Amino acid sequence: MNTTGKPDTPLLDVSDLAVEFRVPSRGSVFSEDSKDIKAVDGVSFSMARGETLGLVGESGCGKSTTGRAVLQLVRPTRGHVVFDEEPIHEFWRKKGQKWVWDHRLLDLRRRMQMIFQDPFASLNPRMTVETILSEPLRNFDVVQGTQRREKIQHLLMTVGMDPRCMRRYPHEFSGGQRQRIGIARALALGPDFIVADEPISALDVSIQAQIMNLLSELREKLGLTLLFIAHDLAAIRHVSDRIAVMYLGRIVELADAQTIVDRPQHPYTQALLSAVPIPDPTREQSRQRTVLSGEMPSPINPPSGCPFHTRCPFSEDRCRTEVPRMRTIDTGHQVACHLVE
Amino acid sequence: MTTRDENILEVCNLRTHFRTDDGLVKAVDGVSFSVKRGETLGIVGESGSGKSVTCLSAMQLVPRPPASHPTGEIYFGNTDLLGLTEHEIEKLRGERLAMIFQDPLTSLNPYLTIARQLTEVLEVHRGATPTAARRTSIEMLERVGIPDAAERIDQYPHQFSGGMRQRVMIAMALLCGPEVLFADEPTTALDVTIQAQILELIKDLQTAIGTAVVLVTHDLGVVAGTTDRVAVMYAGRIVEEGTTAEVFANPQHPYTRGLLESMPRIDTPLQKTLYAIPGLPPDLGNLPTGCPFHPRCGLATDQCRKTYPDSKTVSSTHRASCWEVEANE
Ligand SMILES: Nc1ncnc2c1ncn2[C@@H]1O[C@H](COP(=O)(O)OP(=O)(O)O)[C@@H](O)[C@H]1O
Ligand SMILES: Nc1ncnc2c1ncn2[C@@H]1O[C@H](COP(=O)(O)OP(=O)(O)O)[C@@H](O)[C@H]1O
Ligand SMILES: [Mg+2]
Ligand SMILES: [Mg+2]
Repeated sequence: MNTTGKPDTPLLDVSDLAVEFRVPSRGSVFSEDSKDIKAVDGVSFSMARGETLGLVGESGCGKSTTGRAVLQLVRPTRGHVVFDEEPIHEFWRKKGQKWVWDHRLLDLRRRMQMIFQDPFASLNPRMTVETILSEPLRNFDVVQGTQRREKIQHLLMTVGMDPRCMRRYPHEFSGGQRQRIGIARALALGPDFIVADEPISALDVSIQAQIMNLLSELREKLGLTLLFIAHDLAAIRHVSDRIAVMYLGRIVELADAQTIVDRPQHPYTQALLSAVPIPDPTREQSRQRTVLSGEMPSPINPPSGCPFHTRCPFSEDRCRTEVPRMRTIDTGHQVACHLVE
Repeated sequence: MTTRDENILEVCNLRTHFRTDDGLVKAVDGVSFSVKRGETLGIVGESGSGKSVTCLSAMQLVPRPPASHPTGEIYFGNTDLLGLTEHEIEKLRGERLAMIFQDPLTSLNPYLTIARQLTEVLEVHRGATPTAARRTSIEMLERVGIPDAAERIDQYPHQFSGGMRQRVMIAMALLCGPEVLFADEPTTALDVTIQAQILELIKDLQTAIGTAVVLVTHDLGVVAGTTDRVAVMYAGRIVEEGTTAEVFANPQHPYTRGLLESMPRIDTPLQKTLYAIPGLPPDLGNLPTGCPFHPRCGLATDQCRKTYPDSKTVSSTHRASCWEVEANE
């Protein structure tokens, strides 16, 4: 582990993070007609060293964009991302019209990595596993020659693969094995912070458990700090210490994982929880279910006031006009809802 | 055992095999189950276990080639669907048998308005006049929860969100009040809050119309909440089948038990590690001998490695195919 900062400071501190995308309005190719999508709109959270934070919410709510903005894979429009006491959102420079990383961000790549939902999409199909895994090592000139091969063998064993598979190609592996290779690649440079973006969503049920266990094990063994993104609340709860619930570009509730499951306060968290199927017919029959009406609005035209008011069963006048701020209602439990005491 | 009168659908020893470059793929290999009028049967299993091909075989929508003609019998009432000509099955599809898919664009034509697609079904199968067909279609869209149905009916599929397209497809499938609806992972691509809406919708319409539903899913949570009976598939066969209550309360097959234990749940205390079924889902083109689950099974014996287990009776409404199961004849 190459954590250098003080152990009592958070490894990551995100405040008021916002990301806007400029998209052409429907049917128009002129840039003057473009509109801004507020994909992420004022997200704040911090992560202790070694902690796993789960980010949950329905598709399009801004989870991936948050993860990418934290890693500076997309440049935040607003807000601060402080990694190990360094303001990494400032580690950009302008090259002509474009923003590019400066050398400090390039160096940080070793410490900050990402695991993707579709490992196939992130693995070059024409490269062998060995080439895929040696690429980051070569880029950062970490180890050479026979040492490099040993390192790759070690990485493969770390993720539960037979090191002899080095000469094979991604398509020769099942989804779960490909995800293991994706994880090995993320681990190649010995990072201490990883964003795992829906790493199990595309996998079969029996394989999801294998990968969740692997991630928990690695996290403990390597002291990783993990931002775990998923839309499956049951999976998130299983791997996370704390959970942040997102809706339409904002975090609406944040608490430790058990509190989110036992005492959710935001009506959206409550609805999300009540929609999670439970593999027990007796419980399913006796459950009180809040079925939300409608769908999440588009971030191109977000509603005024509370982003959830259009679907909220309890919304009042105030919810339609005033944006609720994140408030701490209990130690470590924050909610953005006007109606929560 | 139930009689054929109660069963709207009875599948006996269905086999659908594909000829591929990698050899013969026995996608469905001796599947038998029945569905009573108005009931919901869940078919659950990992990807590649043959769930879709089972439904597609009944609808005669399996591409031939690469598939060979399915063998066995699929009784729909007293008609064996496998014996029908293309023309005869065509008449049943869309009227008395319907199917919905994970991706609505499988059944919706992107180049035609929703109005064209819905009214055509009614005009062809019911001989409805264009005006009546349009009125009925709008009513159906309203029933499945499309806001402003009278206007939106003239839009194209891509103008609807994923959840709304799913509703449109359900509307189309249910227009003629089918007796059997095959729903192949209808909510897999949707968020849980939308999944809850769609499952509720299917349930409501099913009660109103009396349709029997075959619900294919990989999510045991969905099975628990929506089905009366469940069939667990592994490598092209049903390994366990019974009332949903019995299978969940008393799962017999090691695969069913493994699936149940490997699911993270929000309603039970947290375990440090999840049980994970070891190994990988089987390669259908290259199945092991005996019970195809044996390489992943903690209970496997020499017998399991040699011979496929017969179906054993657990109760009159519950059976499982495993050598380790105590039969209760
Ligand atoms: N590169 C991009 N350009 C334009 N819009 C984008 C881009 N990436 C994401 N978005 C939009 O931002 C919103 C949030 O997307 P995303 O972060 O991918 O959500 P999630 O991961 O929660 O599904 C969505 O409306 C999405 O369409
Ligand atoms: N058109 C096809 N050609 C060749 N093989 C096919 C075809 N369709 C399905 N299969 C094979 O049949 C098996 C079962 O597929 P399917 O019924 O779609 O599984 P499930 O729905 O359970 O995920 C798979 O191994 C798949 O590769
Ligand atoms: Mg995403
Ligand atoms: Mg399928």
